[in-house]
Amino acid sequence: MEGFHSLLNGFAIALTPINLMWCLVGTTLGTAIGVLPGLGPALTIALLLPITFKVEPTAAFILFAGIYYGAMYGGSTTSILLNTPGESASIVTSMEGNKMARNGRAGAALATAAIGSFVAGTLGTLGLAFLAPIVVDWALKFGPADYFSLMLLAFVTVSAVLGSSAIRGLAALFFGIWLGLIGIDLQTGQARFTFGLQELLDGINVIVVAVGLFAVGETFYMASRAHTGEDEITPLKGSLMMTKTEWKRSIGPWLRGTLFGFPIGAMPAGGAEIPTFLSYYTERKLSKYPEEFGTVGAIEGVAGPEAANNASAAGVLVPMLTLGLPTSATSAIMLSAFQSYGINPGPLLLTSQANLVWGLIASLFIGNVMLLVLNLPLIGLWVKMLKIPAPQLYAGILVFATIGTYGITQSPIDLVMLYLIGGVGYFMRRYDFPTAPVIIGMILGPLAEQNFRQAMTISAGDWTVFFTRPLSLTILILAALALMGPKLYSLATRKTA
Amino acid sequence: MIDRRSLMLGAAAFGAAPMLMSGTAEAQAIDMLKIFCPAAPGGGWDQTSRTIEQVLRTTNLVKGVQVTNVPGAGGAVGLPQFLNNWKGQGNSLMVAGMVMVGSLLANKSPLRISQTIPVAGLTGEFEAIVVPAESKFKTLKDFADALKADPSKVPVAGGSAGGTDHILLGMIAKELGVSPAKASYVAFAGGGPALAALLGNQVAAGISGYGEFSEQVKAGKLRVLAISADKRQDGIDAPTMKEAGINLELFNWRGVFAPPGVSAADLAAMTDLMKKMTASKEWSDACKQRDWTQTTMFGDDYKKFVDNENTRIEAILKDLGLA
Repeated sequence: MEGFHSLLNGFAIALTPINLMWCLVGTTLGTAIGVLPGLGPALTIALLLPITFKVEPTAAFILFAGIYYGAMYGGSTTSILLNTPGESASIVTSMEGNKMARNGRAGAALATAAIGSFVAGTLGTLGLAFLAPIVVDWALKFGPADYFSLMLLAFVTVSAVLGSSAIRGLAALFFGIWLGLIGIDLQTGQARFTFGLQELLDGINVIVVAVGLFAVGETFYMASRAHTGEDEITPLKGSLMMTKTEWKRSIGPWLRGTLFGFPIGAMPAGGAEIPTFLSYYTERKLSKYPEEFGTVGAIEGVAGPEAANNASAAGVLVPMLTLGLPTSATSAIMLSAFQSYGINPGPLLLTSQANLVWGLIASLFIGNVMLLVLNLPLIGLWVKMLKIPAPQLYAGILVFATIGTYGITQSPIDLVMLYLIGGVGYFMRRYDFPTAPVIIGMILGPLAEQNFRQAMTISAGDWTVFFTRPLSLTILILAALALMGPKLYSLATRKTA
Repeated sequence: MIDRRSLMLGAAAFGAAPMLMSGTAEAQAIDMLKIFCPAAPGGGWDQTSRTIEQVLRTTNLVKGVQVTNVPGAGGAVGLPQFLNNWKGQGNSLMVAGMVMVGSLLANKSPLRISQTIPVAGLTGEFEAIVVPAESKFKTLKDFADALKADPSKVPVAGGSAGGTDHILLGMIAKELGVSPAKASYVAFAGGGPALAALLGNQVAAGISGYGEFSEQVKAGKLRVLAISADKRQDGIDAPTMKEAGINLELFNWRGVFAPPGVSAADLAAMTDLMKKMTASKEWSDACKQRDWTQTTMFGDDYKKFVDNENTRIEAILKDLGLA
């Protein structure tokens, strides 16, 4: 158990008062920026990079990792309370979480998110400590063809959020794919759908779209039917914390969410969003209370995706610490912090900087505990926010959404975009189009397209790669099963009955 | 700390003060240097900006430095702002480089980097062409032969299309008499995913700044076939492209530019500041730490260099069908 010994050594480093202090600062700051839409962990760490000139490396990385994990926690709070996701990985959380909040279960939703994040974060960090070399070998086997198949599998999850009319749902999906395609095409360097606007060259930020559709669109809708007495928010129903049933309903999703999040997070092109989609879909299919999804809000739909996005944060650190591979914006910036210390992150990092790496991993365990302690008592306070009368609450949401969006790039164009998309969100809500497929299309569409074209370039235009690569074929079969399975099953059982 | 833009608005108001005084003040007394970085925090230009800030502060050459980031499209979003809103501001510099030249051309932007005033060339990063350790390509010649035989069978990974990596592949193909547009280039979003594709044996070869690969090379996971530097480098066991038989040299260069309309006195002060900075030990240490080659050039020399690069890059982007 060499890893175990190193980990103990890591705890000895992380538990020094000064490092504990940095861990606390990081997790608190991380929670705060996670709550604010727009200001993500990558930007925050980039702005804090100059401290690398003053602080010793272990302390700096404990701070950065605290920010990273904290942001993953904090992101769920505004998603649940205000339907305003702070970062793209918590978009899915807002779908069920906000429904729960409106029906008096905000406390339970926040609790399952916090505890699920803790469970997933801890399991993910254990995975990082003991399975990293195995996971990374496996993750590198994924090539563009396999990723494309994974995206197809993720697209199946759209079927869970299509709503009552498939045509409307698909229209929303393709609108999302179109939004995702705006900007410079990676494979050719040419602009697409930018209408000559320089500001559109880098594409539209998915957070702007999510906040526009969910928060601004919702606010417009509410304003349009003021005084009708519909859609009132119930601040609290039953106990503030989770009930026994809610605990029972959460445990499975937490564990399954972790199983999606950690390995996909470790994949170089995996990311945090896809596991949240997969987790949501799985929980919706497995739940004993499917009628609660999309109506009063199902706790499984919060517990699973929240666990998935926190586990993926641990997953992202796997290729970063074992190979020096940055697979997300945040880890790329953390790697550049390594460089300003003259430490070259790479395959030799684990041996050359063992104290730093294990101290960092140990601090992640500690940070997780801190986050739980920090977040659970806040729930009571957060829930009180829902007692604010609707006009003031929605006005607050608008202000919050506007400031957060401006924070992303400080670009006025983003604000125009936010309100345009808010207008679109209003019409979608008014005419009963589901909004979630827009987000799924926007995230998955461009990823699927780029991976498809990369796969085609590599295979010199040979279409069969998707079926001849074992990984890709396996995933495609899974996707087919997920899509057709339930129908075939019900057909089969009907015949025998 | 977060809201640098609003800081800048405040600074713009103050900016007028030093300009009024510039007639009486001595050349080295630049109170506040404003750096315009047309990229997001964390990238190459941002690192260059922060390193300039760090070195100028520790050497006390200026009292303060402010960095404004305007990210987007390889600088194509930032440049118009710098040209219009920063016009005539004698205490400001933009950090930019080769990537901007390519990006403006590929995006069919009417603007050119030559509309600014090139002040100083600072750094360059040479590129490396690498293969996975298990690859059958042992030398650049093996790779070149395979490329000549059938370019579609040799997928090469790198950063976004039209960027430095793609340009180098295009130049190699052209030197070998292969149509650059036929080369099979697989663009990845950034160094990380491209590196992952190499380590996972998904592609035949990869091109990027040497720094992206150096640790994997040391660990024996990747093999360098050649580097695009002008001469052999200490600690890198690989020939230059020229030595390996392909007559090419390419640096991903970076430098600083003044906005149009600044006075000759301000320009002289800025040039002087950059001369002092690049001569300092702190600057060369910082460059060494980040694996940057110092390519110090000033004024007309630098302008000539930038113009030449513009012509050369435009030609290869046309061959690649991107400009």
